[in-house]
Amino acid sequence: MKQLKNLLKKKTNEENHENKEYLDYVHKTAPRTKELKTLVPAFLVGGAICMVGQLVSDLLKMWTDLDKEGIATATSIIMIFLGSFFTGLGLYDRLGRIAGGGSIVPITGFANSIVSPAMEFNREGVTFGICAQMFVIAGPIVVLGISVSVLVGLVYMIFA
Amino acid sequence: MKKGKQSYLLNNRIFVKDTSVLVGKRESEGPLKEYFYDVLEDDLFNSKSYELAECKMQRHTLQNLLKKCEMKIDDVDCLMGGDLQNQIFATSFAAREFHASFLGLYGACSTFGEGLALASLLIDGGDFKNIVVTTSSHFSSAERNYRFPLELGNQRTPLSQWTVTASGSVMLSCDRPEEEIVPAITAVTIGKTIDYGVTDANDMGAAMAPAAFDTLKTHFSELSRSPSYYDAIFTGDLGIFGLDLCAHLLEQDGITMPKSFSDCGKIIFSEKQKVFMGGSGAGCSSAVFGAYIYELMKKGELKKVLLVPTGALLNKDSPLQKQSIPGIAHAVAIEV
Repeated sequence: MKQLKNLLKKKTNEENHENKEYLDYVHKTAPRTKELKTLVPAFLVGGAICMVGQLVSDLLKMWTDLDKEGIATATSIIMIFLGSFFTGLGLYDRLGRIAGGGSIVPITGFANSIVSPAMEFNREGVTFGICAQMFVIAGPIVVLGISVSVLVGLVYMIFA
Repeated sequence: MKKGKQSYLLNNRIFVKDTSVLVGKRESEGPLKEYFYDVLEDDLFNSKSYELAECKMQRHTLQNLLKKCEMKIDDVDCLMGGDLQNQIFATSFAAREFHASFLGLYGACSTFGEGLALASLLIDGGDFKNIVVTTSSHFSSAERNYRFPLELGNQRTPLSQWTVTASGSVMLSCDRPEEEIVPAITAVTIGKTIDYGVTDANDMGAAMAPAAFDTLKTHFSELSRSPSYYDAIFTGDLGIFGLDLCAHLLEQDGITMPKSFSDCGKIIFSEKQKVFMGGSGAGCSSAVFGAYIYELMKKGELKKVLLVPTGALLNKDSPLQKQSIPGIAHAVAIEV
């Protein structure tokens, strides 16, 4: 139980630090994120982005002959386009400053995490700038996502 | 004359002949707006990248400084300075335009203090006459160097500070200019690297406060001065929270700081500008000193000032390698 407690604590090495008193004081007095002030915009913006996604999906259902899977894929593609487009216009980061997780978690946020480094490193050229740096933020998400899906697939194969 | 282990009482007055400061738009909209005479409307400064823009800013302030001092680069014995970019890109590349001896410095945001201390000791030694100290920082180049791409939609934490877009240069000289009031450096304390184990790279104020505390305490004891000796004491970029922490550490040690104890990063922005704990960056203390403090001293409103530029000596990899953040601070006493 004690080990688990230590594990849950973010920085165990701070526990026995010689300047524990100072670190505790910093911890105690540091200004914190105002939760209500950040949760509400995150909820509203995240919800709004999902509503746009739902709208796209409904319109596709009305206007195209795509099947259910096709609609889901096309919706993702359109949302990724929108995320990238608004990143390119320099607006998505402003939204992110207000919404935080609300605009990071949806697929538009994933698009933003790839397009923003691509834009940033444009100045170092196509090969070593854009191509090499594009996945600097999304890379871990992709690697972990694929690794976990392989693991889950294996578990499913064994038990199902 | 060496006093104690870290402090030097200079034998001669090292005059701050003139200063030159260029700031970005956001900085020029802050509480010090009336003091910033040279403002960059476009933070790209007609350059291809923010890195090159910062380089151009350095070049601009240096040229402006030479013009203000009515001097040629040949009159300058040495050019020294630094910035926050990798391998001090901005300063080194600005220096290639000037044919003068160049010493590149790095002390993160304390570079200005490091430069002033080094330059005044060199001039006091007798072989150097005129030395230019210059530092700069640029919000956009620093974001890339230390944090995330500009367009990434992430949220800043309440402890974060905003790297100022500014460049500041000063001309130090052993010759007294023919003016009535000339601020001069009279003493310096070279700080130690202090690490209290702060690991949050967003909380630079907490990482640097112990270093500022250590340097201030050493300065007061080695030179047998009290905080009241100075009309004002400015730390570099501890920010609102860091300044409180520093005052707390001093208070615990029995040193009560006067109300005038302030921080360049704290005063350069207002709360309305939503930069949380205030400004930071190698250009923060040089810009605030060059434009604001120097002007107040010339007007006679401040007579004795202690400037303590502070720096957090981390890089992008060190927190990932589970290292805490060492801080540094150098104290420079300027008097008229």
